Amino acid sequence: MSTFPIPEGIRVGRSQNPWTFVVDTLRLTRRSLLLAVRMPQLIILGLLLPTMFVLLFRYVFGGAIIVPGYHSYVDYLIPGIVVQTALFGGSSSAVGVADDLSKGATDRFRSLPTSRGAILAARTLADLVRLAYTIALIIGLGLLVGFRFHNGWLQVLAGAGLALLFGYAVSWFFTLLGLFVRSAETAAVAGSVIAFPLVFAASTFTATASMPHWLRAFADRQPVSYTANAIRALMLGTGPVQRPALYAVAWSCGIIVVSATLATWRFKKI
Amino acid sequence: MTKFPMIVTRGLGKSYGSNVALAGVDLVVSQGTILCLLGRNGAGKTTLVRILATLLAPDTGWAQIAGIEVRRDAARVRQLIGLAGQFAAVDDGLSGRENLELVAGLYGLRRREARARSQEVLERLGLAQVGGQLVRTYSGGMRRRLDLGASLVGKPAVLIMDEPTTGLDPANRIELWKLIEDLVRDGTTMLLTTQYLEEADRLADQIVVIERGRVIAGGTPDELKQRVGGDVLEVRTTNAADVERVVQLLDGLGSGRPVADMRDQRVTLPTTERVQTLLAAARRIEESNIPIADLGVRRPSLDDVFLALTAPGAESRAAVPLPSSPGRSTETRTAPA
Repeated sequence: MSTFPIPEGIRVGRSQNPWTFVVDTLRLTRRSLLLAVRMPQLIILGLLLPTMFVLLFRYVFGGAIIVPGYHSYVDYLIPGIVVQTALFGGSSSAVGVADDLSKGATDRFRSLPTSRGAILAARTLADLVRLAYTIALIIGLGLLVGFRFHNGWLQVLAGAGLALLFGYAVSWFFTLLGLFVRSAETAAVAGSVIAFPLVFAASTFTATASMPHWLRAFADRQPVSYTANAIRALMLGTGPVQRPALYAVAWSCGIIVVSATLATWRFKKI
Repeated sequence: MTKFPMIVTRGLGKSYGSNVALAGVDLVVSQGTILCLLGRNGAGKTTLVRILATLLAPDTGWAQIAGIEVRRDAARVRQLIGLAGQFAAVDDGLSGRENLELVAGLYGLRRREARARSQEVLERLGLAQVGGQLVRTYSGGMRRRLDLGASLVGKPAVLIMDEPTTGLDPANRIELWKLIEDLVRDGTTMLLTTQYLEEADRLADQIVVIERGRVIAGGTPDELKQRVGGDVLEVRTTNAADVERVVQLLDGLGSGRPVADMRDQRVTLPTTERVQTLLAAARRIEESNIPIADLGVRRPSLDDVFLALTAPGAESRAAVPLPSSPGRSTETRTAPA
């Protein structure tokens, strides 16, 4: 192979270091958030679904659902809705990733002297910020329709933290999915196909005790149930915290490690 | 001016499964010149662009930008290149200025530099007035210009553009051409892919024609035109059905084989003896009683080159090696008897 010297007057300046990663992640996070804020339709639509579920289960089905150990169904419901929101909110990551891929934005960023890890890190970080905002609104709505915390503030915050950790994990998982399907439409469909059974075959809306054995075996062991149960224990002081919280954290961390690793690997090959 | 080879590729190959996208492509682009990569859809242009832009690793061969190996030292190459892909990859929900400042930041410019550089680029592209507006409100031409602008904020020494004018109306296309010419004058080296011969003819210092992942011809626009022969005899038939008959009729008259263009109901024939060929052709057509709409001799266009090179069965005849250094004239194709 012949090698030519670099001609004069051409600078090769930017070095890759951890600082580049941090700065680029923040820049790209800001981009994603600005894009989200300027498409308020999407934010409003994202709020509409959990709002409808709150109203539906609080006022339509709620009266007929009795969960042992809970005086008020709305107390049981809101942590479930929070986890549901984390799951559906995270699934929008797939759409965002696929959209950037199909419209050439990802190609542009990858051709720049940007930290490549920053591109995916920014995507999930922006989703986390959006999720925090949405969850705050959902809990606010819950308080309006009768939900009350029955535990110390520290525990309540820990519960919210668990929800965010789960949302962050989901966001990484769906980022991975978006990198494979590559079209925003497919990503949207795939997202709901995966999210739906996880939300409903779980302790999201009612106790799993009334489910048939085979379904309960699944429902009790999947991350949505662990996370919802842990949040309830933390926010309401109902039942033991340690076991569900431990499982919830383990699930979320496991999903993050596996999805982030695979997504980073996949991202290099796109 | 020293002509440093800014882009060099040797034997670049890439397959997707059994589908061969590139089959050993050699290119040299000298500093401050523009190479147009001409080919149809699916000829392998985008694959080549993606390899040069460090987005895709080749299966075989290598590529260098400014002497730096693209695959081994991608991070350094990215500091030298600007990419304008096939889509205007600017964000609708950001203003023009925000788009540029984001990219400038990702090139590693500090906030103040990024701001100043973005303003400079907006002014250069005639977008300063609308710089604060969301891209959503831009016309197609404005979006394209902004996209090119985004690849300029880092002052790249090498610009790689994948069909930059596809989908633009003629006025916007000419606008973009002027901009590209300005950039090359300032010393930027450019590789531009296009499906439009007119575009290659106007912009290119060197043209490389690729078809099915292979370089089938290369040279300056004039060299490529010479390859067709001296001049071109052109016949337009009144009826599409007569095109094939005219081809048979003209065979053997010129310095090469007649080529049919069914869509335009047109047959072209390279010739070095313009008057004799014209008279002979006129006689034969008259005797045959085929109604024709037009008959004439003209200078060859790149269209003729392209048609001659990519006509079915033309591949073996047209397999002319790429000139090893820019400026060396390419051998003229020998005409079949």
